[in-house]
This record gives sequence, C-alpha cells and structure tokens, in this order.
Amino acid sequence: MKELRLMKGNEAVAEGAIRAGADGYFGYPITPQSEVMEYLMAQQPEKRTGMVVLQAESEVAAINMVYGGASTGKKVMTSSSSPGMSLMQEGVSYLAGAELPCLLLNVARGGPGLGTIQPAQADYFQSVKGGGHGDYNLIVLAPSSVQEMFDFAFLGFELAFKYRNPVLILSDGLIGQMMEKVELCEQMPRTTYFDRSWTLTGKPDGQERNIVTSLDLDASRQEIHNQHLQEKYRKCKETEVRYELIDTDDAEYLFVAYGSSARICQKAIQLGRGEGIKIGLLRPITLWPFPAKPLVELAPKMKGILSVEQSAGQMVEDVRLSVGCGVHIEHYGRMGGMIPTPEQVLENLKKLLITK
Amino acid sequence: MTEEIIIAGFGGQGVLSLGKILAYSAIMQNQEVSWFPSYGPEMRGGTANVTVILSDERISSPILHVYDTAILLNQQSLDKFEESVKPGGVLLYDSNGLVRMPERTDINIYRVDAADASAKMDSTKAFNMIVLGGYLKIKPIVQLENVYKGLEKSIPARYSHLLELNKKAIEIGQEIVTKER
Repeated sequence: MKELRLMKGNEAVAEGAIRAGADGYFGYPITPQSEVMEYLMAQQPEKRTGMVVLQAESEVAAINMVYGGASTGKKVMTSSSSPGMSLMQEGVSYLAGAELPCLLLNVARGGPGLGTIQPAQADYFQSVKGGGHGDYNLIVLAPSSVQEMFDFAFLGFELAFKYRNPVLILSDGLIGQMMEKVELCEQMPRTTYFDRSWTLTGKPDGQERNIVTSLDLDASRQEIHNQHLQEKYRKCKETEVRYELIDTDDAEYLFVAYGSSARICQKAIQLGRGEGIKIGLLRPITLWPFPAKPLVELAPKMKGILSVEQSAGQMVEDVRLSVGCGVHIEHYGRMGGMIPTPEQVLENLKKLLITK
Repeated sequence: MTEEIIIAGFGGQGVLSLGKILAYSAIMQNQEVSWFPSYGPEMRGGTANVTVILSDERISSPILHVYDTAILLNQQSLDKFEESVKPGGVLLYDSNGLVRMPERTDINIYRVDAADASAKMDSTKAFNMIVLGGYLKIKPIVQLENVYKGLEKSIPARYSHLLELNKKAIEIGQEIVTKER
C-alpha cells in the first residue's frame, strides 16, 4: 500500500534524502529551511540507514564537508537559505570544477543581504548563471509542490551522479514551509557509489592514484578541462530539460513561472478563464537547462507572455533570450518576501499585456 | 468541492494545529490539502495564521486573499481578515476580549465562545478543538470519524491520553456555536 503523509516541504526533502540512500548531510540552520536538519536529526538516520547528519560550524564548513564526502564517491548533501547559499558559493564553484556529484538545496528567502525570512525567488541568477566564479553550470531543479520536494531528492542524486556535477534544488520559503499530502516511495538501499576511476577511496594496487582537484597551474590543460565541462553541459542541455504545460492548448496568453509562483499562476489561470481570458502556463522544472525549445514553439501562438517571479525580473531574461523579438514579453513580480496573490497576477497580466 | 479557509489568532491558541488536524482529516477521506502557515516575524510576536485548502481536485495557489471561511480568534485577526471573506462566506469568531464585533452584513457570521467554554472545561488547551467543533457544525465537510483519525495521527503518542478530551471539546464546540446573522 502506498504510504501517504502530511508533510512540510522541508521535511519531505529530508525524508526523500534518507530514502534515496544518502550517505551524509552537512548543514547550518537558517530560516526558512531549518526543518530540514531538525527533521533529519529527529529521524536518527544513522539508525535507519547509517546516514550521517552533522551540524557544521558554518555554511562554509558545511559546503567543504560536502566536497570531502563527495570526493570519496558518497551521496552527500547540504541545504541552506539565500544568505547561507551566498556563503557557500566558493565551495560550489570548486565542486563544479572538480566534477563532484552532490545535492544542494536553497529554500530561498527575501534579499539582498540578510533580507527577510519570507519566500522569494530572487536567487535565480545566483543559481542559474553561476553564483561562484568561473565557467560552470549547476543542474537546477525547481519544485512547486511538497511531493516534488520529496521526489527531487531522488532525481537530484540521480542527475548528480549521472553527470558528476552538483545539482541544486531551488525552492523557496512557501514550498518549504507549506504542508501537503505526500506519497512516499520505499527506502532505497544505501549503496555507496564506488567508481574507482575517480573516487578517493584508497589507491588500489596496480592503479594510478586518483586526484580530485579544481586547480591546474597549466592554462592549456585547464582549457582542455573547461572544454570537457562545456561538452558535458551541452549533453545535459540536450537531454535533461524538464517542464510542465498547463492549459496551453487553446491559450492566447502565457505565464512562465516556476516553484511557488507557478502555483499562484494556476489559480490566476482559473480566475482569468472565468472571465474569458485564455491563459496557459509553462512551468520550467529545470531552470538550468532552461526549457527554451518548448517556449520557442509556444511563443508565436501567444498574444503576450508574462514571466511571473518573486523577484525584480530575473528569469524573464532567459524568456527573452529564448524567444527573441516579435512577441510581447513582460515581467510581473513582488520582492523582498512579499507574495503576489492570484488576483494581482491576473490584474497585471491585463494591465501589462492586454490594455497596454 | 473546494473549501478555502483562513484561521488566525494569538500564537499559542493552537491555530496552526487546528489547521493541521483539519488537513489530516481531509487526507483521511482522500482529499487534496494544502496548509501554509505564517512563519514570519508575526509568529514570533503575537499573531499566527494559517491558510488551509481542502479540495477534491489538485490545489493551485496555497495562498489566497479571499476565503470561503475565516476563523478569527482575536481582535487583530478580525480587523485584518473580516474583509477577506467572500460574499456569502462564513466568519466564525470568539467574542472573548473583542471590543469591536464583526460588522459585515453580506456574510454568514457565527460565534463560538471557545475561550469561556475551555475555561469551564478546566482545559484551556482544548480551546482550538472547541473552535473546530463549531466550524464542523457549520460546515460538516469532513466526517467526524476522519477528524478523530486525523487527531490520532497528529497528536504525538505521549499525549494520546488527551484524545478523549479533544473529542469532548469538539462535541462542546458543536453544541455552543450560534448563528448571529
């Protein structure tokens, strides 16, 4: 029988990590994601599966513990919220440079700076364009339900090891704090990934020692490494784009929204259709790679596109880059932890795309 | 069927757990639910609120600005959310400590004096279950047996002896709720 539970998003992702067979979690508390580590500690996964849960002394320590764990081929993760993610960015760049698989979670809050503790989506640029230095990309998943918080722990680890790359779940305070029904799948065995071609698990006889590093003092070799990374990202772009289309078949206007904003837009669609305005939604599930192709296909059928984000307008740049000229594209959002209501979203669609 | 509810009051009145038990009860009868609490500074400084949505269909936005039902348990909450009830909707309130009563005439207003009743029961902790009883009398959208199942699920095992008390409180709430207009 399927196991149903009422859970917060933060609890669901933690339970997902245990059931996905994670080996270790390292983190430092911050609102609105503290329930992740609280839940893990309360569950005592060291007894359930042998998983290690450790509160580090800071976010900087946590991300470097992830680096260490990932170097040995273990399934490791961390979580934080916006200001804490900023502290981790050096480590994230190193992880990407050294091609280490790991799962990162940002339950975003209002910024900049310490900002507020309410939900926001203003970390899109940091997540998608590279919050750390250098040419790298994270695979970025954007859950819009508590069920997806659970599911993406599995998907995140799967993609991380498939591409030997950090995967980021970019959530927000709304998805993290809300409770919904979650269908849990069974516990996966905690089997340490043991690819000796690159992991640091002790040098076997007759094999060269492995080196995990993001440093190369020879620029020509570094360039070859970077070309290899870019090739990997290109493959990832070809195969890993995920998105959901809602009510787009007959739509004349299109919302593009992810995470909690996508939920709010769905209600705005119902309200709009009640008034005879045919609206649809493209919900990116992967923010990187961005679902440019389906957007390009949909755009010519639309009278206008509204990118709805809880930010000053970040994803709208990718919408514009994907679609190009010829289609009316606008952004609507609130900032700093304020959440737009479905009525406000609909009103702004009318104001920005219809009456203008 | 979709029921969109806001429950608001003082921190400590059991507002969030009232919502949680309602959500659990709906799961017991196979409905979709969402529960979104205030977790910001207001939670740390006095008032708490939670938006609960129960539906037969997939739930879109977990936050709203108009509601089918508002359960308002202190003056600040009444002042803030009275205007947010949909015309024809339900406002349920506790008159304890209020200096301004609900004023709207286009909605159904019910009163449940749960603070008084819980004091008489000698258990102020039963307050929120009395309110729940009052709400279920007005809108029996979840069956009582499922509420009890929800209670069992959401009360920690160490408090399971309080189950009977909570059931009693729900009954009292059903008895004392009155329609004002």
